[in-house]
Amino acid sequence: MDMNEIKEIFFQECEEQLAELESGLLKLNDGDRDPETVNAVFRAVHSIKGGAGAFGLDELVSFAHVFETTLDCVRSNKLEPNQDVLKVMLKSADVLADLVSASRDGGGVDDARSKQLIRELEALAKGEVPATSDAPAAKPAPAPKAAAPAPVAASPANDEGFQPIPFSFDDFDDEEVPVAPYMPTCEIQFRPKRDLYSKGNEATLLLRDLSRLGEMSIRCDMESLPLLQDMNPEEAYFSWKISVSTEKGEDGVRSVFEFAEWDCDLEVRTIEEEVAASAEDDELPMQPVPFDLSILDDGGEADGDASDEEPAVSTVADVAAVETASNVFQIASARVDAAKDEPRAAVAAQQNASQASAASTAAAPTIRVDLDRVDRLINLVGELVINQAMLSQSVIENDNNGVSSINMGLEELQQLTREIQDSVMAIRAQPVKPVFQRMSRIVREIADVTGKSVRLITEGENTEVDKTVIDKLAEPLTHMIRNAVDHGLETPEKRVAAGKNPEGTVRLTAKHRSGRIVIELADDGGGINREKVRQKAIDNDLIAADANLSDEEIDNLIFHAGFSTADKISDISGRGVGMDVVKRSIQALGGRISISSKPGQGSVFTMSLPLTLAVLDGMVVTVAGQTLVVPLTAIVETLQPEASAIHSFGASQRLISIRNSFCPLVDVGRILNFRSSRANPVEGVALLVESEGGGQRALMVDAIQGQRQVVIKSLEANYSHVPGIAAATILGDGRVALILDVDAVVAASRGQSLKQEMSLAAAG
Amino acid sequence: MTYAAKTLSQGRELIAFRIGEQEFCVNIMAVREIRGWTPATPMPHAPHHVLGVLNLRGAVLPIVDLSLRLGMKAAEPTVRHVIIVAQVGAKIVGLLVDAVSDILTVTDENVQPTPDIASELEKNYARGILAIEGRMICMIELESLFPSIESEAA
Repeated sequence: MDMNEIKEIFFQECEEQLAELESGLLKLNDGDRDPETVNAVFRAVHSIKGGAGAFGLDELVSFAHVFETTLDCVRSNKLEPNQDVLKVMLKSADVLADLVSASRDGGGVDDARSKQLIRELEALAKGEVPATSDAPAAKPAPAPKAAAPAPVAASPANDEGFQPIPFSFDDFDDEEVPVAPYMPTCEIQFRPKRDLYSKGNEATLLLRDLSRLGEMSIRCDMESLPLLQDMNPEEAYFSWKISVSTEKGEDGVRSVFEFAEWDCDLEVRTIEEEVAASAEDDELPMQPVPFDLSILDDGGEADGDASDEEPAVSTVADVAAVETASNVFQIASARVDAAKDEPRAAVAAQQNASQASAASTAAAPTIRVDLDRVDRLINLVGELVINQAMLSQSVIENDNNGVSSINMGLEELQQLTREIQDSVMAIRAQPVKPVFQRMSRIVREIADVTGKSVRLITEGENTEVDKTVIDKLAEPLTHMIRNAVDHGLETPEKRVAAGKNPEGTVRLTAKHRSGRIVIELADDGGGINREKVRQKAIDNDLIAADANLSDEEIDNLIFHAGFSTADKISDISGRGVGMDVVKRSIQALGGRISISSKPGQGSVFTMSLPLTLAVLDGMVVTVAGQTLVVPLTAIVETLQPEASAIHSFGASQRLISIRNSFCPLVDVGRILNFRSSRANPVEGVALLVESEGGGQRALMVDAIQGQRQVVIKSLEANYSHVPGIAAATILGDGRVALILDVDAVVAASRGQSLKQEMSLAAAG
Repeated sequence: MTYAAKTLSQGRELIAFRIGEQEFCVNIMAVREIRGWTPATPMPHAPHHVLGVLNLRGAVLPIVDLSLRLGMKAAEPTVRHVIIVAQVGAKIVGLLVDAVSDILTVTDENVQPTPDIASELEKNYARGILAIEGRMICMIELESLFPSIESEAA
């Protein structure tokens, strides 16, 4: 595994951590105050920071560090995670995501934005400084000072100057508030194994992180250091004995070693304060070289007590200070006496404890698999299914004795292959959650830009769908969400005037419906302004000025190319990319999109998508001696036309009457150029299809062979796009069958010739 | 001697095949496999030299009548015909030919330049002429035969 692969894994993990971070923050935003949620959020940022540090992604590390510091204030109940605080944090999560993707793809980041957020985060964290350092005195003191923390946290904007002093009764009797946090001392025995270094970890960095936790003294054990000539440069010889006083306690210490846990012998022991004091007396050698960050601070808080608050207030500047400190530290650690003291007693218990904590923080039992491998597996299973079918067919042809053991075995094989196919398909199925989560960011950004107040409600985010569908969903959804907020929702003033909640709601739902996933995007905005849409369509020559259109038809106009109702080009919309692009990308996924809108009440966009792009339910038909597959989703019904139902219309058109309505007949064989003469409809079968453009068509085919689930194979992979053909598949006899692109065929029947499209495609 | 060194000193390996009375060859590195002819599924609106598509272990393989593509008469494929599965750019194409005749190892000295001929088509695809044991073998560059495939792959 080379460095890039490791880095790639880190970035994949970052994606997960970012998702975790965002969902945690959103939960907090919804009023969840579970400490585990806060911890999860903290862990996510911490892990990203840790990994980023290992890869030297400095910008990411420094931002994550500031973020982490502020989160730590929340974690230690010093900062109330109210709406204002969370707003900053959600924005920070966005910037963190940007920084991650910038580190990954080498793109740039909005520097001003990240700097601004660093300032805001620091302000939030710093809001605590006066409060906590005053804290010991504040406990017996009158209310004003003791009450300070909460309001400061609540108003990040005015952290430095003016401070409101609300009066809180709670603080009088709230003894439980850890004003002067109990500071356990941890004794740590840290013995790196060679793996630690070979995996790119650096003991110095770990010790430096440790030093951030609180006052620390350290001793290096060089006993196992061999003579120079015996030394293996790849071996690890040093070990350290560290004593650190930190409010974060053992967990905090362990989290420092989170990434190195497996590659070192680590013993962490918490000593009671009295014991700690006496231990310090016992172990005098420790005293000469105390590791105290505060002496490096140019500020006033030079004594030990003040530096106990370091983690909470540490900022970028402090990181720099630690940087210098680590140099000092190296000298110091080299100088220390190599005395040995093993706290053996607690070892066994500690190891158990650490295993238990590792188990509780372990992620759900999943494995990460390269998508290519899954694709290959799916391909192979597809092959297996086809081979099995071929085998069955030839056995049946050669053996007409009915029940034989071979037939029995074949049946079992058939069942097994089907089960394998289903299971393999399930591997690719994933909840739509990540895409939905990404949308909440989009909503925040657009709301910021437009100055609207928007609440995004997501439902059914655990609905599972094929990974490829999920990946392709993000783009159209982003666009639609932008539209919903920018065009759909009114300004808060208008909403109030209309008697609505000033905060607009955008609801994103996913659910399964008859083998498809249906995604709905609803807003409670003003609905589509039909008069405006109509006027615009007339201006753009899309419809005649006197055209008589139904409400639905007008609504559907917004899917037309180059159609935008935005009066002016804003940052968000009006880039010339409209709903037509959304529609096209949904169609490319084999999906449909529809819209329903009520004036003054909002609009609902409904997308219906296949669960997977790998298989398709199809109707196998014969056309001019060729076998074709028609996607079942497109077919409304099939019928055997009677001669009396066929009517000629004009020079070349023919219509079929179905329950008193007339539907144009389309000869598939002629459209695909498989035959030159017109087939007699009475001899064939009509497939009534619903096309995207609305309206039905009757597709004429020669015969129906049956329904089958087929594995979709790309034609583009080795050939090119063929107009009228969506893809290919392989039938039981091993031959290739083409899958009909119903919409293209219908469009062609409207006069837009497939050949014309072909020549256009060839030219482009 | 490593394979690379061998090919460098001994020249390129080519696969020679027959279409009618003529012999052609392509670089062996482009050839994935050689298989027998089975009827292909015709495709609508395909260029006339594209016979259709075949199933190549799960992948859809377009089959080209190389004779037609080279401007000669259409092949009438029988079970004795073979399909050379070749890589062109990022895509794989099946070339229908009469038979595979030889595997040749040639150095640059063996390759004669294409004679100055009038036809643009031949000039386009021919990369040289080999004279071996009294035979004349035309070296074909597949990329120039299927430029659309090549440009899409790029």
